[in-house]
Order: sequence, then C-alpha cells, then structure tokens
Amino acid sequence: MALDQSFVGRTYPPTPAYEVGREKIREFAEAVGDTNPAYVDPEAAKALGYPDVIAPPTFVFSITFRAAGQVIQDPQLGLDYSRVVHGDQKFAHVRPVRAGDRLTVTSTIEGIKTMAGNDIVDIRGEVHDESGEHVVTAWTKLVARAAEEA
Amino acid sequence: MTATIAYGAVEVGTELPARSFPVTRATLVQYAGASGDFNPIHWNEKFAREVGLPDVIAHGMFTMAEAIRVVTDWTGDPGAVVEYGVRFTKPVVVPNDDTGALIEVSGKVAAKLDDNLVRVDLTVTSDDKKVLGMSRAVVRLA
Repeated sequence: MALDQSFVGRTYPPTPAYEVGREKIREFAEAVGDTNPAYVDPEAAKALGYPDVIAPPTFVFSITFRAAGQVIQDPQLGLDYSRVVHGDQKFAHVRPVRAGDRLTVTSTIEGIKTMAGNDIVDIRGEVHDESGEHVVTAWTKLVARAAEEA
Repeated sequence: MTATIAYGAVEVGTELPARSFPVTRATLVQYAGASGDFNPIHWNEKFAREVGLPDVIAHGMFTMAEAIRVVTDWTGDPGAVVEYGVRFTKPVVVPNDDTGALIEVSGKVAAKLDDNLVRVDLTVTSDDKKVLGMSRAVVRLA
C-alpha cells in the first residue's frame, strides 16, 4: 500500500542533545582506519583553527540516523523497516562537528514516492549545537523494497 | 580552516591521489561498534543470505566514509569538506577470509566554483563494480 502523502512536510520534535566526545570521535576514526591527527589530537585540530578535535565528515550520520528513527518507526507512517535499504546520503556542513558539541536533530519528511512498488522516503535532518548554531544538514533517502507477492 | 591545496593550483581535471581501502569482517564489526549500526547483514552471513544477499556486505556508510578520505587526505583539513553526497548503487560484498574486499577510490576536480570551492567527483569501485554513484564532494581550498 502506498504511503500517505500527507506526511510530506511533517517535522518531528528536536531530539535530546547528543554530546560528542573525543573518545567517540577517536573510535570512529579508528574504525574507518583514518589517521588524520585532527580527529585525535586537540593541538593538531587547533593548528587547523578548531577549538577541539573534529569528527570525520560522515560521523554525524549515527546521530541523524538515530533521529530519523522517529520517522522510520512512526506507526502512522507505516514504513516496513525490515525491507528498508539506504538509497542516497548527503551532508552539507556549516562547520565540522567537534568534541564538546551538544547536538540536537530536527527531522522533516521532504518527500514520499512510490516507484515500482518501492516506497521511497526522503528525510532531512537539521543539526544544531547548544547555542542554536546550525552545524550540518543531512539528507537521507530510504527505500522500502516492495514485498514479494504472497 | 587551512587546506594545504591552493585553489589557484588546481584545474578542472586535476586528479587526486587514488587510494585502496581494505575491508574485512573484523573491519565491519569494528565499524558497527563505532557507528552503532548493528544490522546483522553486516556481520551475520546466515542472516544476509536469508534476506537475499550473496554474503555479508559492508555498511554503505563505511564505504562513504572511506571514499571521502581521498579528499580529506588531499586537503589535509577534513573540515574543508562543505558538501558530500553519494548514491548507494551496489553492495560491497565482504567474504569471510583473510583478504576481505577492497574499496578503490579515485577522484578528480570536476568544477571550480566561487569562494575557493571546488567540486570533486569520486569513482568508487569494489570487485570492478561501481559501488557508489553520484559521489561528489564540495571542498574549500586555500
């Protein structure tokens, strides 16, 4: 069954703040094998003009995806999460995420389409820090593959 | 921000140093922990096959994170990445052996924009198949 178009434009309440820790950034950088010192050494980050270590460009996804869970698991929307795959991902950074940030995410459904039985949902996550400064926007396209005919 | 590459030193067509990034099952377990994405298709072969995949596959976000390293290594400053987007076209299949898979990334300057910005287009393959499509980054150079 096609998803309800009236959900397009719906914005969910901001998430509780996620506090970005130096060790979490280090753990992420190690997991992707990236040895850039700006991720682990505050002095190296300061030399680049940042107040503390910065996170790799895709780090923020784990925060925005958790926020997108509000949309994915909204029973009124009725997305079949067991059939969901990640279609596209895009980030627009105002500044890099850094240690000490307390980030909240506001998710909005930007689009809903049904193509060949697949439900496609576009979610925009606006990430702000504690002072209200806009840090990054994340666009996530999720595709719920059509169920096989019974 | 202090990218080490100067805007004036690049032209459309300038190639970035290409890189290959190995990925094994151990890599995926480590990435699952660091990212919080514990979907079993990334570590449980039985589950992956049951949902129609050929084997365990890498997280799309892992591949996306590796691909941008070609850009961040080039600029020196990861904070110089202003925009970055990809389309997940094919999975990176990671066999359960000592070798795993290889993600191969090349990039070139596709456009020079205003304000010291350039657009870099990335080509990302594994096992000779394009795994990311429309893989583009906008970076601010010195």
